[in-house]
This record gives sequence, C-alpha cells and structure tokens, in this order.
Amino acid sequence: MGKKIEIHDFEPKIMAFVCKWCTYSGADLAGTSRMDYSPNVRMIRLPCSGRIDPQFMIKAFEQGADGVFVSGCHPGDCHYNEGNYYARRRNTTFRQLLDFNGIDIERIEFSWISAAEAIKWTEVIDAFTDKVRELGRHPQYNDDIVDPYAQFLVQKKQESA
Amino acid sequence: MAKIGVFVCQCGNNIARTVDTAEVAKYCSEQDGVVHVEDYKFMCSAPGQEMFKKAIKEKGLDACIVSACSPKMHEATFRNAAEAAGLNPFKVEIANIREQCSWVHDDKEVGTVKSKDLTKMMIERIKFNKPLERYVMPLTKRALIVGGGIAGIQAALDLAQAGVDVHIVEREPSLGGNMARLSETFPTLDCSQCIMTPRMVEVQNHPLITVHAYAELEQLSGFIGNFRARIRQKAKFVIDDLCTGCGECWEKCPFSTESEFEMGLVKRPIIYIPFPQAVPTVPVIDKTECPKILKDKCGLCADVCGPDCIDFTQQDEIKEIDFGAIIVATGFQLMPNVYREYGGWRPPHMTPKKLTAKMRKALPRSDAGRLVDVINGLEFERLASASGPTGGQIRRPSDGKIPEIVVFIACVGSRDCNKGVEYCSKICCMYTAKHTMLYQHAVHHGKSYVFYMDIRAGGKGYEEFINRAQDEGAQYVRGRVSRLTKKGDRILVKGADTLTGQAVDVEADMVVLATAMVPQGDSEQVAQTLGIGYDKHGFFSEQHPKLMPVESSTGGIFLAGACQSVKDIPETVSQASATAAKVLALFSKDEMMRDPEVAIVDQEKCMNCWDCVTVCPYLAIERVELKDRNGNFRKWAAYVNPGLCQGCGICNTACRSKSIELMGYTNEQVYAQITAFGGDII
Repeated sequence: MGKKIEIHDFEPKIMAFVCKWCTYSGADLAGTSRMDYSPNVRMIRLPCSGRIDPQFMIKAFEQGADGVFVSGCHPGDCHYNEGNYYARRRNTTFRQLLDFNGIDIERIEFSWISAAEAIKWTEVIDAFTDKVRELGRHPQYNDDIVDPYAQFLVQKKQESA
Repeated sequence: MAKIGVFVCQCGNNIARTVDTAEVAKYCSEQDGVVHVEDYKFMCSAPGQEMFKKAIKEKGLDACIVSACSPKMHEATFRNAAEAAGLNPFKVEIANIREQCSWVHDDKEVGTVKSKDLTKMMIERIKFNKPLERYVMPLTKRALIVGGGIAGIQAALDLAQAGVDVHIVEREPSLGGNMARLSETFPTLDCSQCIMTPRMVEVQNHPLITVHAYAELEQLSGFIGNFRARIRQKAKFVIDDLCTGCGECWEKCPFSTESEFEMGLVKRPIIYIPFPQAVPTVPVIDKTECPKILKDKCGLCADVCGPDCIDFTQQDEIKEIDFGAIIVATGFQLMPNVYREYGGWRPPHMTPKKLTAKMRKALPRSDAGRLVDVINGLEFERLASASGPTGGQIRRPSDGKIPEIVVFIACVGSRDCNKGVEYCSKICCMYTAKHTMLYQHAVHHGKSYVFYMDIRAGGKGYEEFINRAQDEGAQYVRGRVSRLTKKGDRILVKGADTLTGQAVDVEADMVVLATAMVPQGDSEQVAQTLGIGYDKHGFFSEQHPKLMPVESSTGGIFLAGACQSVKDIPETVSQASATAAKVLALFSKDEMMRDPEVAIVDQEKCMNCWDCVTVCPYLAIERVELKDRNGNFRKWAAYVNPGLCQGCGICNTACRSKSIELMGYTNEQVYAQITAFGGDII
C-alpha cells in the first residue's frame, strides 16, 4: 500500500482477458494481500484462456483500448488440460496477423500467471501499463489519422441526406 | 426492456473506504435498463440477502448485478438467493469491486471510477445473459473397479457393504495383485496371505460383487453417472459354472512354463491357477502354450476333468455393462529393466532359453546374463514365502544352496536420473529392512549387508522397525554399489562406504535389489482407454495434489492405490476407502444435476469443419446426422454432449462458423462487456 499516484498526461485503457482458474484467482490474491497495482486494467473473466477469441482483442482495440493483456494458467497447469496450449498457438499466429495489419503488437501482452502469483500479476500489469503509456494513445483514435473509406461513407451518407 | 437491479455492497468499510458506493449506485441508476439500485453495508448478510430477494419479488427484476467481492466468494450465495426469489440463478452476475478494486487501489477517486466501469460492464453483459436450466442426468448406481489387488478389493468391499452393485475386472486369473505375492508385511511382520485371502473370499461370496477374472476393460464410453464399459472376458477354456476347483487338471497337465506369479522362479502347468489360494478357484488354460489348442495334441485335462467343464472351443466373450462410477486400481510393477543395469540374468517372465541372441548382445557387460543369484524384491518375497517355491526356506535360485551372505541394495532405479526414475519409491527402505529380518529369521548364522543412500522411514512404527532390523544383525553400509561381478559361485559386490570413505567389497551368495516401483507397463494405454490424465512416468494424475487426491481429471473416475503414485499397503487401503466414499457420495442422489454452463451448437449453422471435435479435450463433441421429418438424411452437424462438456469454451473459439456458444460466456456477452469499457480511466 501507499504507492503514490503519479499524475500523467495520458492514461491508457487496458483490457485484460483472463482465465478464471489461474489469473483471475491470482488477481484476487493480489487483492486479498492488499497489493497495489495500476488501476488502468479492466478484467474480463473467461473460463479458460482457450476461450479467448482473437476477435475479442480486435473488438477491444476497436472500442478504444490502448493495450490488451491476455493471461492464463502456466503450460501444463490448465484446468481443462490443454486450453492454454490453444491460447498460446492462437496468440503466436494472431500476433503476426495483427502486425501485418498495422497494429502495434507491443500493445498486446501475453503472460502466464498462476493463482499463487499475485506479485507477478502486479508486476506484469504495472510494467505493461507503463509500456503502453509510453506508446501513447492507440493511433486509431488519433484525430490525425482518418480512414479514407470511412470518410467516403460519411460523405456519401451526407450527400444522400 | 430489461429490468436490472444493481446492489452495491460496502462490505463494512472494506469497499466503502476506497470506493464511494453511493456515487457508484447513483451512476448505475442512470444506466439503461436499471430500475432498482441499493447501497448496503453487508449484502451477503441475512438482512442483505432478504433485501435482495425482496427487491427481485417486488420490482419484478429480471436480472441482478451484485457489486461486491470476488465471484469466487459469493456468486453461489446470490445465485441461490435469486433462485429462492424466483429468478433464474444465471441472471445474477457479480462485479468484483473488492479484490480487484477497493483492496488494490488507495485513491478513492480512482476506486470509484473503476467500480463504476466494472459495474457498467456487467450491466451491459447481463442484458445478454440467458436463463439457463441445470441439466438433470440419469445415474446408473453401479461401480466398476479396474484391478483386483488390495486397493480394488478394499474399495469393492466398502461399496458392497453400503449396498452398491460392484464389478471388478481383473486381468489375471485370480484376485490378489502384488500383495498376494508378499510373504510378510512391514512393520508388524504379519503374513500377507493370512490377511489378504479372507478378504478375497469375502469378495467372492458377496452377493453384490461380480468378479470378472481373466478379463480386460477394452473400451469406455459415456460420462460421469453414465459410463458404458466393454469388457473382454478372455477365453479360460474352462466353464466357470461347472468347475469345482478340484485340481485334477492342473496336477495332471504334463506341460509347463514359468510361473508369472512366482516371478519365473518355478514352472507352472499350462492349465493353472496362479497360486493355491486363488479366487476364483477356476483354472485357465494358457492358450499360447497349450499343445491341444496349438497342435491338437494332448487334451489330458479334459480327460481327467470330473464335471466335464473343459471346452477347447471357447472364444473370448464381450460384455457391455453400464456403470455410474469407475475406480482405477491397476497397481504397480517393479522396474523391469534394472536387471540388465545390475547384471541380472532374467527379464521378468523370461527364461534364458527365450533370451534371443540379439537380446544377449544388448546386455551391457560380458558376464551379465549369467548372474542368476541377483534377484529383485518380489522374487525374494516369493523365496521367503511359506507358500512359495522353496516352502519358505531361503535358497538361492542358481543351485538351491542356502545363502550365507546376502547383499541388499536399496534405491535400485529410484532416485536415479540417469538410468531410472527421479522419484523415491518410498517403500524400499522398509521392505529391505523387512527382507533382512526375514532372512535373519530363516538363516540364523547368515550375514546381511544393506547398501543404502538414505533411510526414509516416515510412518507409524517405521523408524522403530528399521532400528529393529539393525539390532537383529543387518549391517547397514551407506553407499552405492558400482558393479556386480561373478567370482566362483559367488557374486563380488563392489561398493563404497561413504561414511568412512573406503571401498567395500563383499562376496555375496545372493544379491537382492530393491528395485523402483513403476506403474504397470500398459498404464498409458489404460489412461487413454479411460480418458484420464497421466504423468511422465505413467502414474495417473489426480485432480488436485492436495485437496482432490483421489479424483482423476475426468469426472466419475477415481484413483486408488499405487497406480496414482508409489504407496505402501496402509496408504493404498485408505485411498481405496476414500474412493469408495466418493462413489457413495455420487450415488447418494437418484439423479445428477449438471452445471448448464456448457457449449451448445446451433446445428443449422454448423458447416462440418469438425475443428471443435479435434480441439475438445473431453471428447464431448460428436458428429450427428440431422434428419428431416420423413427420416431422410439432411445434413451433418456437431453435437456437444452436456454430460461430458466441462465448459472450457475452446470449441467456441475454434468454431469457424460461430455456431457453437458456451452458455454463460457467449460472444454477445463478452462483446457487450468490451463495448461498455468506454469510460475514462481516471
């Protein structure tokens, strides 16, 4: 306790997709142990990291998240035997696709956090928040960048109206 | 329009200290669909729950959010309360504003904003929650026990005494397992057969227990409460019902092969019972050896059989039986390959004749393959047993001489990362001490040496037992043995005493290896047949190492005895009784309730890629044919068996056509939650 809140110009929004057996419990343990971590994260509880659809991450970015955090049980510890292996495989291929599409993959963090690793959870979340804060606002929401196709649609709509 | 109630809990001061709960409640009341808000000190208390129920009834709420502690704490509490008030329990969600908000953030402003956000995300999510009904599954109150050793026998008796119909599948012709081989048991030195055989007879005579001896479990389908087992009853060539067990046949049989039960130390007839106290006392004919079956010669046993129960035309029989629960008690074996490493001559159940030239070549040293008097622990048990091949006299296998000097080597294969297994086999310290005592009792002038690494004797009366062994004359030498070589008709044991730092050479008449306990050789296939997890050694994995030590990773399948980890007899028996208690708890109800948070397939949308079938860890997804009302084939589709589904949602993510939804965690719900994540961070 007692970490001083620093005032920053920009606070990132971070969406975390976590499995309910390991990481969610780890975050609960951080609470029970009264640890302090960055408040920027909002957690979505899913049964297994294998349930984390890559489209959730895209949706999060679309809805204004600046960073996405994905976490589940350590390899070999999955409550459902093999769900985290699917998550890992999906993530490795999906990152390449995101990279190809121009989304900065530094904004996606993938980490294994067990139900006992409250300290790791706070460290990883703090470090990731700092990293995303450095990266700044997700450029998609930067006013300078305009999607020409969206502009075209808006224009057309206005014309028809 | 949804009628949502939001209940913000202050948790005494736990939440209220860093979250302005009144502010959160006010914010929630402004949200779309929220018709009722409460801000209360202790929502989980009896008055809090009453308030919750009253609000549901009076305001006719169709969904509720409780902003409080972690769902792990009180989700069930509020869901039950909602059910009591007439609201579907799956229309209640918890927003975790204690563990993941008030307890981890100091600043009240930050905490309030985050609490608002978390609650709002839940409000948006719950609009897509569907009312779910728990599945009611039928339950077959019959238990299957795989393995008829002491673990299986104990579990069967416990269950049968409680009135449960039990079937035991044992692959050998008799019950008994490894414990039947032991001469005496530590630390009390009571005779193993004397305590074991009454139980075997009790199993045989119990009206609720059916023993399938000389049978194997071939296939298992279904799920908890509703398994279907396919059991292959191997052909005995003897008609069970007619046989009286008189013994005419096995006494007259002119052919023989080495006895598996006696660890290959002696021969047994081709028509045989493994040991005199065998249960059931019905002999079987070894079809790989019998000349009548192989070449149509002999047939003497059929001639001498009084009740005329020998039938050479018998075939394997397949039985399909339904079960509600399964106890796996397949036991252990001693590590088979350490003979070679230590220069032993006999891979188990293999005579020197059967050692092919290629196998001889594979043996590491020139004199290996000729050290007949290097035996393992179970072989020593047979030599020391009153019902064993030597009638309880300890005589060495090569020339039948009574050994004057015996060397016992502990930790053979155990705690050995290079040639054996990493783990400690736990029982070897104890049984080596027992062996020295048995030897000392049988051969009074004999000398016994024990080469050990450490003595691990944790257990009731165990340390005392080791001391007793030392008092009775066993010479304990702390150190390893590097090599066994032949010297005359003796074995030269080259070892070291690490306490004095000197080399120790002993010329022994016989060497007994305390070989590592390993799972049965086919334990991995058994695990795959049953659909349960196993570790790298082949031991079956328990659900949780501490809190669920008898449950396997699959519901309804329980583990007893040395198939789960190395164990001694008392531990095995207690674990077997624990599995019986678990099965009784499962069978205490007439039908089973299943959590409805399982995957459901929209079969019209399914486009048969079968990705879900591949990824499902529980084999819960089947391919089914959809038919039109005339019964004609229309299309293929996936179907998730709700009894097998554990609700991981891997299929939901894998589904390309988005036709599988995991109830309780649907895409709509998650997207709604993500979309609601819009407020400012601070």
